[in-house]
Amino acid sequence: MAEIVLDHVVKRYPDGALAVDDLNLEIRDGEFIILVGPSGCGKSTTLNMIAGLEDITQGELRIDGQVVNDKAPKDRDIAMVFQSYALYPHMTVAENMAFPLVLAKVDQKTIDQKVGEAAEMLELTNHLDRKPANLSGGQRQRVAMGRAIVRSPKAFLMDEPLSNLDAKLRVQMRTQVSRIQKALGTTTVYVTHDQTEAMTLGDRVVVMRGGIVQQVGSPTELYEHPTNLFVGGFIGSPSMNFLPATIEGDRLQTGLGELTVPGAVRRAVQESTSKQVLIGLRPEHFEDASLVGDKPGATVTVPVDLVESMGSDVYAYFTVQGEQVTSGDLEDLAKDTGQDMVGEGTTVTARLDAAARVRAGQQAELWVDTSKMHVFDVGSGRNLTAGVGEHADA
Amino acid sequence: MTAVPITPQRRIGWSVANAIVLVYAFVPIIWIISLSLKGDDTLNDGNFLPLNPDTTAYSDIFRNSDFIRALVNSIGICLIATGIALTLATMAAYAIARLEFPGKRAIVATSLLISMFPQIALVTPLFKIETAIGIFDTWPGLILPYITFALPLGIYTLSAFFREIPWELEKAAQMDGATPYQAFRRVIAPLALPGVFTTAILVFIACWNDFLFAISLTSTNSARTVPAAMSYFTGATTFEKPTAAIAAAAVVITIPIVLFVLFFQRRIVAGLTSGAVKG
Repeated sequence: MAEIVLDHVVKRYPDGALAVDDLNLEIRDGEFIILVGPSGCGKSTTLNMIAGLEDITQGELRIDGQVVNDKAPKDRDIAMVFQSYALYPHMTVAENMAFPLVLAKVDQKTIDQKVGEAAEMLELTNHLDRKPANLSGGQRQRVAMGRAIVRSPKAFLMDEPLSNLDAKLRVQMRTQVSRIQKALGTTTVYVTHDQTEAMTLGDRVVVMRGGIVQQVGSPTELYEHPTNLFVGGFIGSPSMNFLPATIEGDRLQTGLGELTVPGAVRRAVQESTSKQVLIGLRPEHFEDASLVGDKPGATVTVPVDLVESMGSDVYAYFTVQGEQVTSGDLEDLAKDTGQDMVGEGTTVTARLDAAARVRAGQQAELWVDTSKMHVFDVGSGRNLTAGVGEHADA
Repeated sequence: MTAVPITPQRRIGWSVANAIVLVYAFVPIIWIISLSLKGDDTLNDGNFLPLNPDTTAYSDIFRNSDFIRALVNSIGICLIATGIALTLATMAAYAIARLEFPGKRAIVATSLLISMFPQIALVTPLFKIETAIGIFDTWPGLILPYITFALPLGIYTLSAFFREIPWELEKAAQMDGATPYQAFRRVIAPLALPGVFTTAILVFIACWNDFLFAISLTSTNSARTVPAAMSYFTGATTFEKPTAAIAAAAVVITIPIVLFVLFFQRRIVAGLTSGAVKG
């Protein structure tokens, strides 16, 4: 168990491509930290640098206070779980899990005991004599975990370990990974592009984009107080709705109509240098106006295109007409989700109570919780309301 | 794949097809065995199988010191050439499959070029070179060209096998605490073994069957291999053809190949890497 410190770490490839730029991160002992971001954001490179599979171009990597930049992977005492599992096909499950111990020249009795313990924890006891080829995907994944666990390393590194499993198994394994990490208390760095895994597993989440850390914080912090457009759009499912807006005094002119903003948001907005901003509203900050009563907020009338009833919630989709605002952050997000953000107007998702009576093709009165609204600068993508913190309670 | 139900008709159809292929493949072999068991008097009696088989031809060739010597030459030269070619090809193929280095494409292209070269075009230059440096009619004089022509074959086959082995296995071994050598020996080498054995068989057969170099780069029985030596067999008198002796020699030199293939074939387990990684 150990703390891992990345101090101004830079990774530049020989062809000049910058994969990771000036990464600073302190991972505390026993912490479960998630690196998340779209593909090509440098999260896997960062993990490989911690593992020692890739060189660090600049900066320092310290494990337990010791600089390990030039140490070979085997001298770092770190275990890694690969996306492809990377099991040794010519060895049985037991041999696979024992391999790190055999290399460390541990005596056979201890090996048997440790492999037995790990197998029990991962429910693999009945499969110890089988070859990886005869295992299911979930079992292979557990063998890969077992191989990491037996050695009691200083830290676990996991590179999208669940992405090859089907959806149901993934949810199951997610809780198992979490339970194992809590039980062992080993420092863990977990790379994923799945924001659900990021939200549910981590003590802290690091959102990366283009090799640069966007924000580090607890899942709730990222969800409620994203520092910029990218984090706001990346974290949360369904994702945050972004609408262009114009500041007119203490009001915001948006495609939804004119919104009066509460004091805290207003103060933040007034600092904006540009009149053009983007507002971010999470789907759950909409509600059927008839169910709300007289809570402060704004009420808008929108033409609902589509209604999806999930039983517990109702998702209503509608399109807001208005001028388009282009932003690098939004384009990146669109690329990641495969959505075409350029179209007629902007599609907005609202998550309403199951009792909401909205119908597709009809006008609906929706209440908007303006106190939870985020206002972003169009140019820099910065969240202007980030500083106002607990404005929701004001 | 969809499983097609095996009906009696299908079974019969396949059996007939198999029988035709087997007959086609085995008639020449049975013929030469039959020839080797016939005496000179019954050679042209029109029977496919000998009426009273006798093994004089076999005892004759094993009493022929030239044949024994040629057999020793063949086995020695082919084993050495295969061994050296495999060692070099394994290392070269691993580098080509795994590493990026300047000149990699040039090396691959050159080795392909060598394998395309008609060997007959090289016989005269090789003869000149070998007489000049004094390795004509020696074991190295044959081993060297054999290695040269076996290497492209070996590099190509082996690099295909190495490419099949997922890169991540090596990374995983490193993370598990293995040195690069341990990773190669305990993870990569065991997985590449089927490829090494396949290549060994191909290279050995290519050397064993060679006639062109064996006849042109040797002059005495100090390095002459069996295919070349057989062409120097003589009959009991000048007017008799040594048909039975040549047939017997042909049968004898087939045996090591069969043994070699049977020995290594058991080690070729298809799909050994399945289950290592998903997707």
